[in-house]
Amino acid sequence: MGRKILLEHIDVPGINTFDVYRAHGGYKAAEKALKEMSAAQVVEEVKSAGLRGRGGAGFPTGMKWSFLDKKSANPTYLVCNADESEPGTFKDRYLMEHIPHMLIEGVIISSYAIGCNTAYIYVRGEFKYIIGILNKAIREAHANGFLGNNIQGSGFNLEIHVHSGAGAYICGEETALLESLEGKRGNPRLKPPFPAVKGLYESPTVVNNVETLATVVGIINIGAATYAGIGVGKSSGTKLISACGNINKPGVYEIELGIPVEEFIYSDVYCGGIKDGKKLKAVIPGGSSVPILPQNLVCKTANGDVRLMSYESLADGGFQTGSMLGSGGFIVLDEDACVVRHTYTLARFYRHESCGQCSPCREGTGWMEKVLYRIENGEGRMHDIDLLVNISKNIEGNTICPLGDAAAWPVAAAIRHFRHEFEFHVKHPEIVKNIDHGSLEKFNI
Amino acid sequence: MSSHTAHKQYEKEGKPIAFSPEILEKVKQIIKRYPEGRQNSALLPVLHIAQEEFGGYLSVDVMDYVASLLHIKPIEVYEVSTFYTQYYPEKRGKYMIEVCHTGPCAICGGEHISKRLQEKLGVKLNQTTADGLFTIKEVECLGACGFAPVMQINTEFYEKLTPEKIDTIIDDLKQRASEPQPQQQKWVERFF
Ligand SMILES: Cc1cc2nc3c(=O)[nH]c(=O)nc-3n(C[C@H](O)[C@H](O)[C@H](O)COP(=O)(O)O)c2cc1C
Ligand code: FES
Repeated sequence: MGRKILLEHIDVPGINTFDVYRAHGGYKAAEKALKEMSAAQVVEEVKSAGLRGRGGAGFPTGMKWSFLDKKSANPTYLVCNADESEPGTFKDRYLMEHIPHMLIEGVIISSYAIGCNTAYIYVRGEFKYIIGILNKAIREAHANGFLGNNIQGSGFNLEIHVHSGAGAYICGEETALLESLEGKRGNPRLKPPFPAVKGLYESPTVVNNVETLATVVGIINIGAATYAGIGVGKSSGTKLISACGNINKPGVYEIELGIPVEEFIYSDVYCGGIKDGKKLKAVIPGGSSVPILPQNLVCKTANGDVRLMSYESLADGGFQTGSMLGSGGFIVLDEDACVVRHTYTLARFYRHESCGQCSPCREGTGWMEKVLYRIENGEGRMHDIDLLVNISKNIEGNTICPLGDAAAWPVAAAIRHFRHEFEFHVKHPEIVKNIDHGSLEKFNI
Repeated sequence: MSSHTAHKQYEKEGKPIAFSPEILEKVKQIIKRYPEGRQNSALLPVLHIAQEEFGGYLSVDVMDYVASLLHIKPIEVYEVSTFYTQYYPEKRGKYMIEVCHTGPCAICGGEHISKRLQEKLGVKLNQTTADGLFTIKEVECLGACGFAPVMQINTEFYEKLTPEKIDTIIDDLKQRASEPQPQQQKWVERFF
């Protein structure tokens, strides 16, 4: 088993309380950072640890922090992205539910590093119980002198507020999240200006994922050099992978980046193999937005190299034969799963979640959903398949935010690797019409 | 939007649209989390609180009341309430059942869960049972895909569902609804 930075104490009874967390080394990193290190040293430490954003894009965290507009007359804000809505992703919820103080501690250290005195945690509206858990943790941290004025005598002041979303995937996109936090519709903003210059309330803002901020705690505790020594190349450290779909042991696993994908799927320490002894058909390794990998490209790259759980290896081969690590939402499909139906449910998701600002996304996602519905229900035509590819190309790259790409890629990749399944649906309507899937929400757009 | 047909409904039930002094105090604290002049920011949490308080949906009157509390224009509230899926424009069941139908749940049998619910309750999606207890809706990923299939009833998650479990859950809720219940803490206390 690999090294655990985030989940080492996850099974300790009561680790969700301040006292137990503290007894297991909690808030030591905050003390160390605030009392023994300068803000610039903390930023430097996170940079040399090689930490990359765990929300999906993998952008280097220390570098993001150093882009902040330091000349601005406005205060600096840290906003924690706990919107977690990318299908297949449920790692942040796990962390916040079981070890909420690690996030609070991460927010304290990161706020100190970027000179922020008010931080917000934006939690998706469906996670109301998580909001309750975080608010309790914040009260405990306050009572123990880790929040408020002059934290532990360091002269540093910080308040953390938890904010509730209300059901909208798009609010996970950082500028939509900021709009939502300002009490508006979650319409993404045009960039530039980037949040580092004009973010929340027109002020310099850093938006970071829950896991990213929690990882900062571990980096300060073990030191950048040790952290950077874990993993492979530019994929340093550990990553939470939320595994779901047709596997024996769905759940959240902390892996050292760089373990073989094959080990992750088949080892009993992780997914424990495919459910009911079936064969693997495909994997979507980084949340629903990333390209699907067919069975022959899961454990090996197109060049025949062992495929690893790392940013680089999962992307090996580009979109032709690779995918992305993304958010770490690892979705496994067995031999009986229908790629067409799966792609249809994802297309429906993106249509529902498109904010509607940009026509290519607003119209394109609905159009793809309609065509996929038709094919899935045995009413498709052969040229519908190329039509889908065409629509996806017209969305990709033509929208304000990446939701358009996120909607286009899964459809394009499914057809690239599983065209035969789409053709089968068109050729055999009598078969596909008679499969009992349960309820299918009536098509009503 | 359907909210226009429903908007006078709550007032007709003869209940005033105003928070109690305790809730109002809490709302003031929430507004203070944001900088001076940025009270707009409190809109999403306050709408959640208002929705729970005033019948489980947002009538136009309730939205106007929230606008007046935050000193913003009513249109700013309507714009927001129609964007987010958790604000309901119409009266609904006491138990709002939201079944996930996105990919990961669907490949683990989520659609059979939805079907069983509809059979068990004798209503279709987006309908409310005659006794006013249950409304069923299919929703997108609830962020619990590893415990698929998943549904949420009000704020509670129900995971690793099977059609048999559905029967038990519904029977339990019916039973609970028929007995006198101790006053449950409100969201504003439990979460916010
Ligand atoms: C449509 C869309 C949805 C997103 N959803 C999330 C999310 O739920 N959680 C998250 O942390 N990042 C999400 N992101 C990425 C954020 O925009 C942003 O990159 C991230 O929060 C930055 O944090 P990090 O650098 O720590 O990863 C999403 C991006 C897009 C385009
Ligand atoms: S797909 Fe159902 S909870 Fe994520």
